[in-house]
This record gives sequence, C-alpha cells and structure tokens, in this order.
Amino acid sequence: MMATTWTRPWFWAFAAAALAFAATVVLTGVQGAGGLLVAALTFASFSVLVGLGQMAVITMGPGNVDLSIPAVMTLAGTLSLKLMGGAAGTELWGLLAALGIGLGAGVANYALIWLLRIPPIIATLSASFVFQSVAIWSNRGLRIKPPVSLAEFSTGSTLGVPNAAWIGLAAALVFWMLIERTAYGRRLSAIGQNARAARLAGVPVEGVRAATYVLSAVMAALAGFLLSCFSGGAALNMGAEYLLMSIAVVVIGGSSIAGGNSNVPGIWGAALFMFLIVSMLNSYGLGAGVRLILTGVIIVAIVVAASGRRLTP
Amino acid sequence: MRRMDLRLLLPTLSLLLLLGAVFWMQPRAMSYTGLNLLFNLSVPIALATIAQMLVIMVDDIDLSIGTFVGFCACVTATFLHDTPLLGVLILGAAVAAYAALGALIELRGLPAIVVTLGMSFVWSGLAVLMLPAPGGSSPAWITALMKARPPLVPMAIIACVVLAVVGHLLVTRSSLGTLLRAVGGNARSVSRVGWSVVRLKATAYGLAGVFGVLSGMALVGLTTSADANIALRYTLLSIAGVILGGGEFTGGRVSPVGAVIGALTLTLAGSFLTFIRLSPDWQIGAQGVILIVVLAARLLVRRRAVR
Repeated sequence: MMATTWTRPWFWAFAAAALAFAATVVLTGVQGAGGLLVAALTFASFSVLVGLGQMAVITMGPGNVDLSIPAVMTLAGTLSLKLMGGAAGTELWGLLAALGIGLGAGVANYALIWLLRIPPIIATLSASFVFQSVAIWSNRGLRIKPPVSLAEFSTGSTLGVPNAAWIGLAAALVFWMLIERTAYGRRLSAIGQNARAARLAGVPVEGVRAATYVLSAVMAALAGFLLSCFSGGAALNMGAEYLLMSIAVVVIGGSSIAGGNSNVPGIWGAALFMFLIVSMLNSYGLGAGVRLILTGVIIVAIVVAASGRRLTP
Repeated sequence: MRRMDLRLLLPTLSLLLLLGAVFWMQPRAMSYTGLNLLFNLSVPIALATIAQMLVIMVDDIDLSIGTFVGFCACVTATFLHDTPLLGVLILGAAVAAYAALGALIELRGLPAIVVTLGMSFVWSGLAVLMLPAPGGSSPAWITALMKARPPLVPMAIIACVVLAVVGHLLVTRSSLGTLLRAVGGNARSVSRVGWSVVRLKATAYGLAGVFGVLSGMALVGLTTSADANIALRYTLLSIAGVILGGGEFTGGRVSPVGAVIGALTLTLAGSFLTFIRLSPDWQIGAQGVILIVVLAARLLVRRRAVR
C-alpha cells in the first residue's frame, strides 16, 4: 500500500471538489465563499448519509445495489412528520419512528432477496414501489411542518459547522470504524472479493447481507428524516435525486463498483464535489440542459480516469 | 431448448392470467378497440425492454435507457419532423455514441452501471436543450404507422409479435446473437477463440441504441408530442420486463420473446389496476406486488422443475 496522499482513491474526489469550489469563488467573489461552503456541507451530508449505506451494499459485489433508497427516505420522512404532527416534545419519537421504518424496510428488502432468490436490484425495486405507495397514501398532499426545535436544529450550526454536517461526519466516522476495525467490515469486504471463498472460510454470508441491507435502509430513513426537517416538510418526490446520487458518490469516492473495496472518506469528497459542481455550473449562468450534460460528462470522465489509475499500479 | 421453453412458460401464463382477469372484469375489453387500448403503450416499452435485454445479455446494465428514449423522442418530435435528413443524422450519431460507449466500457474495464448513469444526465441534458417545455410534433408517417388499424388484429399486437420474432431471430437464432450471448457467458473464452470482445460489446450496445431510437419514435407516434422526461420510468420498467420474461443478470441468459411478454405484462398490470378501480395511491404499490408475485411463482416452478 502506497503511503503518499495523492495515490489514495479519495484524494481525487476532494481535489475535484476543491477545484469546483475555487472555480465558483473566482466568479462570485470571496464574500460568497462562506455561504457556499455552509450550503455545500449541508447538502453533501444528506448525500453522505445515503451514500454510506449504498457503499456498504455495493461492497458486497456485483448485483448488490439498493434501489429502494428514495422510497425509504420519502416513507420515513412523511410518516415520522405525520406522527410528530409538528408538536414539541415528540422529537425523539419521530426519530425512533423514522429509524424503525428504515429497519422494517431493510428487513422487507432482505426478506424478498432471500425468500424469492431474486437479484437485489429487482427485489429492492419492487419493494420500493410498495414503500412509495404507502408514502403516497399516508401523505395525501398534506404538508405537515416538523416541530420547531427540529427545524431549527437541522438548519442551524454549531461551532460554525452546520448541524447536518456534524451528523454526516459522525456517521462517516462510525462507518469508518465499522468497515476498517470490526469483524463485520472484514466479512463485508471478504464477501465482495469472493462470496464463495468467504462462505468456505466460515463467514456467515447471509447474516452479513441481511445486516447490510438493513443498515442501508436505516441510513436512508435517517437521511429522509433529516431532509424533511431541514426543508420544512416531507414531499413525495424528495428522495428522487438521491438514487443516482447515492451510487455516484460511492463510485466517484473511489470505492470499487465491483465490490470488495470500500472507501469512507471518498464519500464525503464525492458528495461535496457533486454539490459544488452543480453550483459552479449554476454560477456560470449555464442553463439546465448544459448543466446536466456537463454533470454527466464529468461523471463519465472521472470513472474513465479512475480506472486508468487502477490499471497502472 | 426445453429449458428455455420452460423458462417462457411462466411469463406467458402470467400474461394470460392477467388478460383473463381483465376480460372477466371488463368483457368489453375483449374487442379490437379494447385490445388496442390495453396494449397501445406497450410497443415503446417492449422496444426499450429489448434494448435493455441486449445490454444485460453482455453482463452489463443500462441505467440510461429511459433518458435515451426520451432524447430520441425529442429528436423525433423536433428535427425528424422539421428537417428529416438532420434528424436521421442525429439519431444515427446517437446509435454510434451507444456503440462507442460499449467499446469504451470494455476497453477500459469500466463499470457499466456508472457510465450509463453518467450518460443518463447527458441524454436528458440534450433533450432539455432541444425541448425545454413539452412540445414538438410527430412526423406524419410515424403517427400513421402507430395508429394504423389493420384488419382483425390491432397494430399494437402485430408490432409486438413482429418485435418478438425479430428479436428471437437476431438473438437466439443468428450466429451474431450466439456470439453476443457467449460474451455474457464467458467473455474470456470468446476472446481466446479470437473474437474481439470490444467489437462485440460495441455491437451489442449499438443494437441497443437502435432499439432505443425505435422506442422513442414509437412513443412520439403514440403521444404526438414529446418532452425530456417522457420516458424516465422506462429504465426501471425495462429491467423489470427483462427479468419478468425469464432473463437473468449474468451469463447471457436472456429471452427476447420473454422480454416482450414481460413488457406486455407490466403494461397490462397498469391497465388491470385501473379496471379494478384501485385508488391511484396504491397503483405503484400494486405493480410492485404483481412483480413480487410473478417472481415468487417463478421460484416455485423452478423448484418443481429441479425435482
């Protein structure tokens, strides 16, 4: 393993994010830099939360991907806000309800994968249809505001860093410990590198898979809860952009899409980059069409560049 | 061959069962017009499903097919209508881009799921540039073709049968199709025999691009106008259609006839839910449940077949 910083897979994600940040600040002037940084940290933290869960799932190797993330976010957001009803003193129950919904959704996802022996893509896809339906049914066009305390917390800052970013950082730290320092993390990587070898070596493959799908859904639920508090209410399409986002941050962050190798710091770098690139293109006054095209071209270019690095050790 | 027949049995049965349920609930659907209405929208979905199947066949997955169909629909409704020659050139370039992507993915060993994810932004960006708001109009000949009323059998059904037969000849019967499926089965042995896997993957993606273009054109023929987001759900529908039709994600095990049947089943599921007056809230969920039930049935059938 090379020790120099620039050979680390996560370095490029942060470098690209810094570049996008600099390019924006050059145009908008230094006075806008602080605000841009706060916005980037806040919005990136939502992507980080779902990205960490997706990363654990993708680490298990080809075919493993969680397509139910947007639906779980929406379901957790709508149901928990409905339960709290905007009243003070219900915050803890709301959070627990959201996490419980994540737990239930994760168990349902894994039950489908295991019982029906179907590819996770199809299992999480069909389950997400059901989750989305429940969210639509429970929402009925209502827009319930979160309790004031939660709205203030999720939009506020501590020590100059947005609270959402603190949660994102804490989650990243927990995931780093989990992946790098626990038996679970070792088993997860082992499954991704060679599921058959892992099974023969005595890794409880199905148990680890179950735990990982539950973990991903719980992270999605947490992100949905935070996002709906942050934006002053849950919306039925609030999770939509996070499906592509969760996969994109995993890959741009330097985790292997083929599994077996995950990278926690890279998730943060990639999430910052994904937000900053859009604000950069925005500040240069480009229309929605050009912005989309450039975002796509940049994602493909990064993947091509990253693969080149791996081919030449 | 017998195993493939068995694989097709279940998708066919579920389609017939669903069709029977629709007829039972709404006997008037058992007519020329009724069938046409039921299956009208299935033609572009079936074309997109075949495109997805061609990519799944070489062990990849295409997350951009929905936005690509939307892009092709926008080209059809604008350039192909106003300046046909330019329109044909653009669609040709799009197919070439698809083939180039296939080559790039194989050449650099890229994850198809991410490359196509990135491309989905590109296609929808291009579509937004062409049609910032819904609009455009369908070239007359496409509308005439899609809304034709041939005697006895509705156009939608003829189109799907033709598509299934063409797909079967191309993928299951031709030597090219056998080679392409072999790439999905074992790319290394294909390259050791002396074939260029890069060229084969480019061919598979290029063919997928052709069916994507056809899907966009068929869609505009039905809706007579287009917008950038017109076909977003095709990405997930097409994946579900391939799997429903007995295809698998790895090993080049796909069935074109099954894919068309899968697409028909998904379209019919939508109509069925409207017929039973299910609250719109639950329509998406019920589609998910139908998908789960069919897959559960497939598991049971396979278990029995193994015994």
